[in-house]
Amino acid sequence: MEAALDERQNQIHRTGEQPFNIVCDKDSLAGAVSQRACVFCGSRVVLYPIADALHLVHGPIGCAVYTWDIRGALSSGPELHRLSFSTDLQELDVIFGGEKKLYAALIELIERHSPKAAFVYSTCIVGIIGDDLEAVAKKVEAETGIPVIPVKSEGFMGNKRAGYTAACNAMARLVGTGDTSAISPHSINILGDFNLAGEIWMVREYFHKIGVEVVANITGDGRVADLQRAHGAALNVVQCSGSTMDLARIMEDEYGVPSIRVSYFGVEDMAQALYDVAGHFNDAELLRRTRELVKEELEVLLPKLEFYKEALTGKKAAIYVGGSFKAFSLVKAFRLLGMDVTMVGSQTGTEAEYRELAEITDPGTIIVDDTNPLELTSFLEEKEVDIFVGGVKERPIAYKLGVGFCDHNHERKEALAGFVGMLNFAEEVYSSVMSPIWRFTK
Amino acid sequence: MSQGKPHQKTPQTVNRTPLTVNPCLDMTMTKNPKPNYISTTNACKLCTPLGASLAFKGIEGAVPYLHGSQGCATYMRRYIISHFDEPIDIASSSLSEKHAVYGGGPNLKLGLLNVTKKYQPQLIGIATTCLTETIGDDVKLFLNEYDRDVEGDKPLMIQVSTPSYNGTHMEGFHNAVASVVETLATKDDGGSGSADTINILPGFVSPADIRYLKEVVADFGIKATILPDISETMDGVAAKTYDKIQPGGTPLAAIKAMGGNLATLEFGHTMAEGSGGMILQQRFTVACSQMALPMGITASDQFFAELSRLSGRPTPSKHALERGRLVDSYVDGHKYIYGKKAIVYGEEDLVVGLTAFLAEIGVMPVLCASGGRSGKLAGRIAQATGDLLPKPPQVFEGMDFFEISEMAEGLEPDLLVGHSKGYPLARKLEIPMIRVGFPIHDRMGGQRIQHIGYRGAQGLFDLVVNAMIAKKQSDSAVGYSYM
Repeated sequence: MEAALDERQNQIHRTGEQPFNIVCDKDSLAGAVSQRACVFCGSRVVLYPIADALHLVHGPIGCAVYTWDIRGALSSGPELHRLSFSTDLQELDVIFGGEKKLYAALIELIERHSPKAAFVYSTCIVGIIGDDLEAVAKKVEAETGIPVIPVKSEGFMGNKRAGYTAACNAMARLVGTGDTSAISPHSINILGDFNLAGEIWMVREYFHKIGVEVVANITGDGRVADLQRAHGAALNVVQCSGSTMDLARIMEDEYGVPSIRVSYFGVEDMAQALYDVAGHFNDAELLRRTRELVKEELEVLLPKLEFYKEALTGKKAAIYVGGSFKAFSLVKAFRLLGMDVTMVGSQTGTEAEYRELAEITDPGTIIVDDTNPLELTSFLEEKEVDIFVGGVKERPIAYKLGVGFCDHNHERKEALAGFVGMLNFAEEVYSSVMSPIWRFTK
Repeated sequence: MSQGKPHQKTPQTVNRTPLTVNPCLDMTMTKNPKPNYISTTNACKLCTPLGASLAFKGIEGAVPYLHGSQGCATYMRRYIISHFDEPIDIASSSLSEKHAVYGGGPNLKLGLLNVTKKYQPQLIGIATTCLTETIGDDVKLFLNEYDRDVEGDKPLMIQVSTPSYNGTHMEGFHNAVASVVETLATKDDGGSGSADTINILPGFVSPADIRYLKEVVADFGIKATILPDISETMDGVAAKTYDKIQPGGTPLAAIKAMGGNLATLEFGHTMAEGSGGMILQQRFTVACSQMALPMGITASDQFFAELSRLSGRPTPSKHALERGRLVDSYVDGHKYIYGKKAIVYGEEDLVVGLTAFLAEIGVMPVLCASGGRSGKLAGRIAQATGDLLPKPPQVFEGMDFFEISEMAEGLEPDLLVGHSKGYPLARKLEIPMIRVGFPIHDRMGGQRIQHIGYRGAQGLFDLVVNAMIAKKQSDSAVGYSYM
């Protein structure tokens, strides 16, 4: 079967088989059944974990109902983010405009839930009927006294990356409005971790142990007040590459807060993240504690990993994730387990990221941007992989082909970050690859 | 739609008096004050194109296609996959800003070309979205142009208008079925329609339900065209190779012959006029019996009687025995459940079927809620429950889970009956939940839940009784292993 439509050939690269050249960050091809969602999705996933904010989706019911309680993003307190609020626009609203309904819904919900801020998401239709969200937000803000922030997330106004930008712009309106006194000079914001299965708590604990104060979680277990004082932190530590880098840039421009990029997935990257933060503050005591922490964690972890490595060495893996920065960590994590990565791709990677992937992967590895079920199928079949890492939409593709699967997307309920997360990841991979059930599918 | 005045803080929204001590003698069903909130929280409905996509998935060789932005297709795929654990490829015209301004025609056509190239479908089912309905895309015109301009073999194109600001996924489902029938069905198509074949339009039931329908019809010695048929497409086998389009579904030839068949059975009473069954009746004089979803003994008896009448045969003994065992189990289990109060929610026709079933086994539905707004729910429930209930349930359309939860507080229910999205409420109330319908996102096997017929009722009955026994057992301080 020819794997890809002609228009998509330049979004697929094979390491070592041709000079690096990949086209990305373009709109999905009509009829290609992209695994991507839309601008709204990009905004929604980033802002979703802010647990004490009201998240009101302004539009017909679909956009709100498909994003109801779908992330595994935990909160240590309020859980307002787990409810699905919508203006549920009806035909007459579309004809006469939805502003009145939006206003009334905001007032009603703010009175009911007393949120610390409200995000109002635009959907496709709002962009067409031209509701003035800024005007409504201003009015409600004046009446209720809480920040009411429109998120420009009309689904058709670009791809998922545009939604990340819209989310960052929305958060930037909160940053800089809170009191930053009493923040330690050794302080950071954690950007781009969404506290799936409590991961940000693990990471915060590591930072606490080495003596670094975390000002704001952005956005896992996030709070409005923390975002408001986030500009008081000395450093932004950015994980998820696409989704929160825009906010880091804004904060650098406006408040001079520098940023570094890290990943908490896999042993190497987790340790490197801690060293990079410690290195930034250039404090001998901090560095010493970091070395101690990493040593302690590895002494526990590495012997346990041996068992999995022995079983999994030589097995083949394929990766398809939302952002390609995570893919680097996964490539390294599979290497640590002795496994070969034969395909790696993402929905929204950048050219620089794909170039780096081409550099670190083995010859013949397929690198793909914004792929689809039929391409994925042909890649999995060609490479005869043992496990596919992706999200819910990738799962049935793997299973129908008799291939194991590991959920590494935002719906998951297993912690895969940090040192403990590496062990969980190994267990996840092992329990799918080694299951006896595959003998029936061959 | 509730266009309340701004700031009107929705007074007397909920009757919080527990019904057990409420001396209210009002026997009419909709007099209780319904919450009238402006916002929707945790909706009890999905959007129209999702229903249309599922209906198209039940046609052989079909690919559903959404004319709109990319997110709609992807969100719905994720939602559907999480229930069926099956691949579902829904194509999209992936409109961007410039298409929204200048019209989505070119991208629609490009997408159709690409889907044809990649999937070689027999049919592409095109559903609109709120975006393309609002920018005023004339899909019919685009399809005519496509047909004129593109040479070579083309799949059939069927189009349905599904703006998500109008109706729920069930309107999308029924409208897609009606479009398919309207576009394809003929009479005397080479004599392929036949007097020993009936049409069954089952609505949105599970793959297990459809497999059961096939078995029952075959046992009566007749044939049926079931439209749509998701029994294989959405519950497939583990295959050696990946099918671009999952095998199964209603064959196109069979759909074309529907106008010449003996009769139509159409499940559901709450759909709008102009349903698939009505089209077949009006255009081709194929008599249409609209009947409730055959849930529980009473409704199943009507279904079997209808098959008996159409086939000229009595109910086959296999099914008579299933009915007999079901009655026997009703007797064995009745005391565990009599008078237990249930909240039922979901799609309107499913709610009618469930309520009738619960009423006939002695469970008291106290609240029947749906996100749909057919205007027919209360009447159909009244008709389906007849004189079974000492006190009729409160019945509300246009409900969301915030409202259901708020009303539940005063009702002291013993169990919830509906899909997975009621789980937070069941957890809060610490009561069992019987998972039925769509979506089942927190358990395995949603696609294999059987709801209809004597066999479906048997499964549900055992679930309900065992849920009550298990609750009693786990609440007991003693921990009997003999209940």
